[in-house]
Amino acid sequence: MEQKLYFAQYNEALKQNKLLGLKCQQCNTITTPPKMACRQCGSPDMEVVELKTDGKIRTFTTVFVGAEGRESEVPYILVIVELEEGPWIMGNLEGVEPKSVTMELIGKKVKMGNKIFAGDTYSAGESARPIFTLAG
Amino acid sequence: MKKVAVVGVGETKFSGPQTKTEVELFAEAATEAIAESNLKAKDIKALFIGNALGDIEEGQGMVASYAAENLGCHYAPANRYEGACASASMAVRDAFMWVASGYYDIVIAGGVERAATMGTGLATRTFAMFSDARYEYPSGVTFPAVFAMLTHLYADTYKIPLQKLREQMAKVTIQSYKHGAINPKAQFFGKNADMSVEKVLGSFVVCTPLTLHDCCPFSDGAAAVVLASEEVAKKLTKKPVYITGIGQASNGPLGNQNDYLPRIRARELSSEQAYKMAGIKPQDVDLCELHDCFSIASLIAAESLGFFDYGKAGEAWEKGEADIGGKVAINPSGGLKAKGHPIGATGAGQVYEVARQLRGEVEPGRQVPDAKIGLTDTLGGDGGTLVNMILERGW
Ligand SMILES: [Zn+2]
Repeated sequence: MEQKLYFAQYNEALKQNKLLGLKCQQCNTITTPPKMACRQCGSPDMEVVELKTDGKIRTFTTVFVGAEGRESEVPYILVIVELEEGPWIMGNLEGVEPKSVTMELIGKKVKMGNKIFAGDTYSAGESARPIFTLAG
Repeated sequence: MKKVAVVGVGETKFSGPQTKTEVELFAEAATEAIAESNLKAKDIKALFIGNALGDIEEGQGMVASYAAENLGCHYAPANRYEGACASASMAVRDAFMWVASGYYDIVIAGGVERAATMGTGLATRTFAMFSDARYEYPSGVTFPAVFAMLTHLYADTYKIPLQKLREQMAKVTIQSYKHGAINPKAQFFGKNADMSVEKVLGSFVVCTPLTLHDCCPFSDGAAAVVLASEEVAKKLTKKPVYITGIGQASNGPLGNQNDYLPRIRARELSSEQAYKMAGIKPQDVDLCELHDCFSIASLIAAESLGFFDYGKAGEAWEKGEADIGGKVAINPSGGLKAKGHPIGATGAGQVYEVARQLRGEVEPGRQVPDAKIGLTDTLGGDGGTLVNMILERGW
């Protein structure tokens, strides 16, 4: 059985600042990133939809110890954002000083863009990643 | 199903980088467990071995077969289990099933890892392989970053001021270090017994708000346990420790666990299975070796296992309710934070500790008095794999 939305299409869309997801035709839940089955009810009966990229920060951390190959990126801010339509996605927050962020960040509204992670020895090629900035 | 007993246990010292190979480390633990069981390697019908990253640590895949041959279990079937930090618990659980089914009467289960040998950079990269590689690693997620984000989410969800939560987390670290300091198998044996809240909070920041002392170390080590059917166990030992409940569940990427976070739903389901199978409740548990890869992880685990209310575990640690003499003795071994965390061996190390606690054989300073029921709790990745096991005295 073919999956309705694959990583490759999701990734190409993200490069255009478009966030794709799947809307379950059985329970209306939005699933993103793409999967074969609805994250809520397990049904494969889903249709591809373009999601709103507005959201708010649910949690964050400033990373000071990077993985091998990514040492030069530290310090950087990781966030999990709750999208307007429900799903949570992980990304980076840019435009603020990583060493200055506090719990005040939680609940802040953000806009989404993207950058490319070029990949390393272990990854099967590149992946786009969401880059958030504070809205307004 | 047949009743299944732990009849012997073995463990290497958990340590920083060292020179023994993975098959050598596993053999050290396994031969100890086999000797304690009054058996010979040739009596072992099958091997179940957790190993998460041997391919990268040593360039060695299929380590289970080499481990079997190396220790004298010639031609015995040998399976490798990979479920990140829960690998060895998956191995013990499956070994249990094979004996419970009646197919084998004597097997060995355990695990081995050389995470410390990789060094911090490669270990950080490879541990991040247990996060979602396509959708979350590109953002630079690391293992501590996952629990750092859970810390901020926990503070926000339960409305605990971050500074207060960090002090509670420091108490978790201090308790673990206290027990680990007198456990000769622990990586921090003889170390860190004088840790203070100030020292924990003031140490190097890994990922805000987690400092070095909120994190477990990278470790090398191995652990192994011999399992036997009740009938065989009674002939081998006067003190069989029965596995009376098991549970396992899985989760997807961290972001897709949003209906429950900071709770880990897979843990709630896994422990529920184990409690139900054993016919016990959380309040019946005398000691619990739980997955404290980070200090916040102890709070999250203790709540999901049913020991304390959500958002209240920190208070329990402050009051000593999570220590020996409290409601439940948590991590009298020192846990992952002080005993160490050789990821593919960790779950078997928990079974090793619980079995010895139930037999009353650990150092007096960390022995849980008259312990009858113990629980293990092992988490792989960002909550992707959860395994729980309940062990009880058989005498
Ligand atoms: Zn659905």
